[in-house]
Amino acid sequence: MKRYLAGTASALAVMSWLAGSALAGTIVINADTSDPAPKQAMEEVIAGFKEAHPDVEVELNIFDHEGYKTSIRNFLTADAPDIALWYAGNRMAPYVNAGLFEDVSDVWADNSLDETLKSAAASMTMDGKKWGVPYTYYQWGIYYRKDIFAELGIEPPKTWDEFLAACATIKEAGKAPIAIGTKALWPTGGWFDYLNLRVNGYEFHMELTGGEVPYTDDRVKAVFERWAELVEPGYFVQNHAALDWQDALPLLVQGEAAMYLIGNFAVAPLREAGLTDDQLGFMQFPEITPGIPMAEDAPTDTMHIPANAKNKEDAKKFLAYLAQADVQSKINATLGQLPVNNQSDVPEDAFLGAGFDMLSNAYALAQFYDRDAVAEMAKAGMEGFQEFMVKPDRADAILERLEKIRGRAHK
Amino acid sequence: MATSVAVGDTSQVKKNWWKANQRRLAPWIFLAPGVFMFLLYVIFPIFESMWISFYDWDGIGDATWIGWDNYIELFDDDAFYVSLKNNVIWLVLYMLAVPAGLLIAIFLNQNVTGIRLYKSLFFFPFVISQVVVGLIFAWFYAPNFGLLTKILAGLGLGDIAILADERFVTYGIIAAGLWPQIAYCMILYLTGLNNVSPDQIEAARLDGAKSWRMLWYVIIPQLRPATFIAVVVTIIGALRSFDLISIMTDGGPYGSSRVLSFYMYEQALSEYGFRMGYGAAIAVILFLIMMLFITGFIWKMINDERGVR
Repeated sequence: MKRYLAGTASALAVMSWLAGSALAGTIVINADTSDPAPKQAMEEVIAGFKEAHPDVEVELNIFDHEGYKTSIRNFLTADAPDIALWYAGNRMAPYVNAGLFEDVSDVWADNSLDETLKSAAASMTMDGKKWGVPYTYYQWGIYYRKDIFAELGIEPPKTWDEFLAACATIKEAGKAPIAIGTKALWPTGGWFDYLNLRVNGYEFHMELTGGEVPYTDDRVKAVFERWAELVEPGYFVQNHAALDWQDALPLLVQGEAAMYLIGNFAVAPLREAGLTDDQLGFMQFPEITPGIPMAEDAPTDTMHIPANAKNKEDAKKFLAYLAQADVQSKINATLGQLPVNNQSDVPEDAFLGAGFDMLSNAYALAQFYDRDAVAEMAKAGMEGFQEFMVKPDRADAILERLEKIRGRAHK
Repeated sequence: MATSVAVGDTSQVKKNWWKANQRRLAPWIFLAPGVFMFLLYVIFPIFESMWISFYDWDGIGDATWIGWDNYIELFDDDAFYVSLKNNVIWLVLYMLAVPAGLLIAIFLNQNVTGIRLYKSLFFFPFVISQVVVGLIFAWFYAPNFGLLTKILAGLGLGDIAILADERFVTYGIIAAGLWPQIAYCMILYLTGLNNVSPDQIEAARLDGAKSWRMLWYVIIPQLRPATFIAVVVTIIGALRSFDLISIMTDGGPYGSSRVLSFYMYEQALSEYGFRMGYGAAIAVILFLIMMLFITGFIWKMINDERGVR
């Protein structure tokens, strides 16, 4: 601090040089928390951390959520912060492989995180080391309109046949059974994940996204056959390729569509749009192949220390703080998501409660198609899924194209 | 003592050499900063892109030399041909902006009260950012609530989502791009029309030229400089159609509205793009296509200048 008082003018002149590079006792955090709830959660964590470590200053840079995904590559190499937000699974692989993330196995060992963050340990491990600290995750599942289901006399379907029957009934009533917006591609990944997890099971899904099985495998074709049973009768909303995931929410709110396979982050905007908990329900994706253990999609959000960070010591303190049970309880209460730490409290919320029960009993957790598959494959794959949802008759051509790309991406 | 004399001699020689060559050197010295920037930011990156296109590189890790593999893959890539086809459609249809701009310019080139207001209203779309144009048209085309959807539904044509249909999406984006581009061509022609010589029109009128013949044989030849610029900016506009595509469809549905520049961005720089080498290979192909046009233009310009002499 004295340094500042020495000469304000010269300090100001140097400020622009130091921007980004941390002073002793300062950590810089780059975050993609541009939405209101995540932003507030982030600010609360920082406030709490400052209380616990009064000697450490925290500087927060908030990026636009979508823009962050491309800018992370630049700042990790050029002007690294001390903490960067990112995602688990294969999504962090390019940065781990390029040596841009710091090995934080010591933070895990010192705080016995292998115990408390057990459920996410596998998705944070590469080459036997831990590369970040997970702090939140959320369930995927089918959010549906309870009142429409009641009106049409439908019970939440447990099996594929019941699900198809429910779709047929809703369609007959002049509504779209399933809302989706595929413009940003990733919502299609949710459908593929769940169909594959239910038709072929978790192990096969991980082999496929890991690039070990060809896309022209009969088991993948079987997934597309089930999917076609929804696409061909027109059970998805029309023109979904022109909609973003948010654009499909009003369809559910206005009762033009009855179900939506999406992550729990959709609940907040749906409630804001006026749906009460009596109208909105949550159900697990129905069983397809009987006897296959039910695995779920539960994407995990994480924080990492860039290899080029200047203040790794304090950054590690921050990660250790972030992993604490009470801290994770608090963040996730604000976020409306689930804490990774198994000592934390689950926020009191009907959907989070249901999600927590579902995930606790899950056979295994997948991250999400674009986090489990490598970047090149994820992009091409989701594009293929979107094409299939518009032109189901092209299934074979699409799968052959995906196989060609898999061959290249996993040499 | 002797050494200092020698120094004086050489500086004398230098001075004379400078005086002798001053006139030849001065232009180069003045050009130097510009040439340096041009070499650093234009010429060097072109060759660097070509160099990178022979590598397999994710932009952050180590690069591996793979020779022509990126190009071999590119010529076996359906997405590349879709982008190339769209680029051609863009180039052809974007050219409509030139005659359309001319027509509006001729229509507006009259003296009635308030013509300045009309002119500026017609010019308005060019003032708006491309991003805003893209958003406006995306809403215009939007299914469920878009104006076009309502009109088409009113005409009994059913519910067509232009931007979600692989058959229409490129045309839909081009229509959005034409809106400001026509305004741009119009303003070029309006200034051109100010310089049309009244004597020649008078003379043509005495010779009995009217309407179309007057336009074709008297007006348009005089607008040649304006036409040249209009064609050039339109070609450039068509080739850098990136922003509208990014805003309106992000290349979708399933990549059917991509053009080469967008595909390059997607492969190299976007959310899932970690293929610098492949992106660079696309950039090189795009560069070669542009070179075709540029050489064509330069060749025509040189020919025209020779013809004048």
